[in-house]
Amino acid sequence: MTNILLIVIVIMIFIVIFQISKASEYVSVLKGEEQSRKQNNKINAFLLIVFLVLGLIGCWWCNKLYYGKTLFVQGAASEMGEKIDLMLYITIAVTGVVFFATQILLFWFAFKYQEKDDRKAYYFPHNTKLELLWTTVPAIFLTILVVFGLKYWFKMTGEAPKNSVIIEVTGHQFGWEFRYPGADKILGKKDYRLTKGSNSLGVDFNDPASLDDMHVSATVHIPVGKPVKFVINAQDVIHDVGLPHFRMKMDAVPGIPTTLWFTPLYTTDEMKVRTGNPNFVYEMSCDQICGKGHFTMRGIIVVDTQEEYLKYLATLEPEYWSVFPDKKPGALKTATTDSTKTKASLAAIMPAGN
Amino acid sequence: MSNTATVQTAQEAEVHGVHHDAHHEHHEHHETFISKYVFSQDHKMIARQFLITGMIWAIIGGLFSVLFRLQLGYPNSTFPWLEDLLGHWAKGGKLQPEFYYALVTMHGTILVFFVLTAGLSGTFANFLIPLQIGARDMASPMLNMLSYWFFFLASIIMFSSLFVQTGPASGGWTIYPPLSALGDASSGSKIGMDLWLASMAMFVVSSLLGGLNYITTILNMRTKGMSMTRMPLTIWALFFTAVLGVLSFPVLLSGAILLLFDRNLGTSFFLSDIVVNGKILPNEGGSAILFQHLFWFLGHPEVYIILLPAMGMSSEIISVNSRKPIFGYMAMVGSLFAIAILAFLVWAHHMFVTGLNPFLGAFFVLLTLLIAVPSAIKVFNWLTTLWRANIRFTPAMLFAIGFVSLFISGGLTGIFLGNSALDIHLHDTYFVVAHFHIVMGVASFMGMFAGVYHWFPKMYGRFLNNTLGYIHFWVTIAGAYLIFWPMHYEGLAGMPRRYYDFSNWESFKMFGGLNEFISFVALIVFAVQLLFVFNFFYSIFKGRKVKDLNPWGANTLEWTTPIRPGHGNWVGEIPEVYRGAYDYGKDGREFIPQTEPIGENESHH
Repeated sequence: MTNILLIVIVIMIFIVIFQISKASEYVSVLKGEEQSRKQNNKINAFLLIVFLVLGLIGCWWCNKLYYGKTLFVQGAASEMGEKIDLMLYITIAVTGVVFFATQILLFWFAFKYQEKDDRKAYYFPHNTKLELLWTTVPAIFLTILVVFGLKYWFKMTGEAPKNSVIIEVTGHQFGWEFRYPGADKILGKKDYRLTKGSNSLGVDFNDPASLDDMHVSATVHIPVGKPVKFVINAQDVIHDVGLPHFRMKMDAVPGIPTTLWFTPLYTTDEMKVRTGNPNFVYEMSCDQICGKGHFTMRGIIVVDTQEEYLKYLATLEPEYWSVFPDKKPGALKTATTDSTKTKASLAAIMPAGN
Repeated sequence: MSNTATVQTAQEAEVHGVHHDAHHEHHEHHETFISKYVFSQDHKMIARQFLITGMIWAIIGGLFSVLFRLQLGYPNSTFPWLEDLLGHWAKGGKLQPEFYYALVTMHGTILVFFVLTAGLSGTFANFLIPLQIGARDMASPMLNMLSYWFFFLASIIMFSSLFVQTGPASGGWTIYPPLSALGDASSGSKIGMDLWLASMAMFVVSSLLGGLNYITTILNMRTKGMSMTRMPLTIWALFFTAVLGVLSFPVLLSGAILLLFDRNLGTSFFLSDIVVNGKILPNEGGSAILFQHLFWFLGHPEVYIILLPAMGMSSEIISVNSRKPIFGYMAMVGSLFAIAILAFLVWAHHMFVTGLNPFLGAFFVLLTLLIAVPSAIKVFNWLTTLWRANIRFTPAMLFAIGFVSLFISGGLTGIFLGNSALDIHLHDTYFVVAHFHIVMGVASFMGMFAGVYHWFPKMYGRFLNNTLGYIHFWVTIAGAYLIFWPMHYEGLAGMPRRYYDFSNWESFKMFGGLNEFISFVALIVFAVQLLFVFNFFYSIFKGRKVKDLNPWGANTLEWTTPIRPGHGNWVGEIPEVYRGAYDYGKDGREFIPQTEPIGENESHH
């Protein structure tokens, strides 16, 4: 019933607006079209300047309301993230100046040079100097932004430091899996054709390096202050590892492993204090549409102190034991590490150019 | 262009014209309803067909956005009438996630391709090219007609996909495989996806037939004296648009066909190492990223296919209503050219987080930010055109000014996203949503509305209601900023796009109030668009009649035709052109039409 009422009201409003508009057309014919056109011109010129003023106030007000909700306030939680924030500030400053200057000119010119009986438009078809000016000045500013951007880009996408903690991340519909390389610091080989039952990642347990690898779901612990390198896979469709607090992001593509690395600056507990939010967690969002459960694909990253992290690792058991429960006692004895061979296998799954 | 070539072209045009006159008179009495309104070969009728089909699609696409904005704005509410409307897709009055994604996908597809490509350049390229260059019709009226009917076929197929049981495509308008390739991964990737691809194939055919025609017509059928550098900027923009389309749409077609093969014939172009729903797929060796290269090789030029016509029309309308020449005509042409070239060289900036080689990425950063230079030239030239002008604020002029304002706002955020280091943080967040909706969505709509208000008198011999036009403009531009400006803040908080519900996310749930506000404004803006649609159809039949041949006091050739031109456009000979399109305010005269010979004492510039 309320729906019908609502529809009726909307239709009534439509009809009223339409009737007024039609009437105004008749009035303008009666009054003389030229005269009413001039009147409309004045009204709209005035509205343009009103729009400019309200718009500027709106920009300020919107910033007041929402700046506190952006990630700037809490700061970046990774080393590289701080540089990204600095770059964001610089870019906002440069584009902000251009934005306000051009918008103010646009609406101010429109208002100031509205049609007047005694005004004649100034015939000004071109001016080479001016045109050169606004070709070169933007080009110079853009060069600065590009130089900054590329410097950080190469740093971010460059090789991870040698001492990085390596963790494998696998996305699937609709969740995240993590694999720690274990004591040998080498992730065992995988083959998607081996995916079966409890071996949900398709780990090749014929590879000795896989025997001490540990598999956890949804939540991953990492140590603070040390570079962490994610080796990223997807099982079914493209997902994306989105880490807004660390200012990092990388697609998870089936068949093409990718990597990203960052150095977390604050533990989860420290961030709770920094943000003043006792429920704060580092969330990992899927940022590439992956099906109906895309929005539920939430991973948690717990940043621990070094001791907490080691303590946590000690509680994990190798995946080998859960896939082959009968092998559990003494399974680690057979695990030998052939470092050259397994390193090659790791290199094989890294994308070229990274 | 050399003199001989000009003469030759003019002769051709004349021959063509004479031929058409005879043709025209001969057929006058035999014109049936079918040949006049349905299978018409008159470019003006085809333009109207494109426009009205585009408007119908815009209403559908806009309605979809209102529906999914309901979910985003009011995630905890139920709307029982939704179930009445959508059945099991809105069980219990709440949109189901599958259908939410289908709506998002179809909204993007419809608005990008069917409204802002076909509806925009389809309409105005068809309508304006022959009228503004002085031709009786397109080079091939027959292909032109087919172009519309292939678009119609594409529309029918896409529309039918809305009614299949498993729903329309739901993997986003970019349809990245493997999601779009595997029916097991998403119900929208079942038959709905095949229909999407088939429809898009038809759409590409339509766009190629149209584009080749536009290029040929512009190059070969200009009237005597209409050298390339005397053409209005609308024609230049439509020319580059057509070139972009002809060179890039086939690449989309190739991607679509390969995807169809992967879906139905067991090939592995885009598939490798996949386990879906516990099923181990045999496909190996394909690259999911390859599709993205193919898609964005079209997808990025597509952005300019949408934007350039709006730029061209806004340039024309701003100049006419400022009563001043467009500032820096040659720079405007040059910057259009630069944008058209660069459009092909930046596609991978959509792929900075795919694991792309960073060295390669660096080139795309450089080339992407380079686009800001011609864009800046255009903005400053528009501003200078307004400077010391004598401006008439017709609804068309207001929309053109709105276009410039939105182009600035949306263009500047492109500098953030084109810089790969920043893009990593902002990629696929609401910052991107805000950016492209402002710069190519609403801005292009502003250009399109400007065009409709400006050329409606030529299309239908009547005016649109001015008061409704003013209401339409003010609500639309205010609404556009209210909707999309705050989204930048959501993006800077890392809030991902294409999420059905944020309430489980500690990092993103604080924007609930803002999302509600945005949805509410979107609803109002949509309602006002309906007001425009009403104005449009009402004015076709009941609008104030045009009494003056040249109601805006414009220089271009379309205003030398009769108020309601028949097939062939000019009754007698096609007028000859003696000057560029922008002699406004020259030598103390308000405007000098292109058909007026250069006076003896006229000043040179």
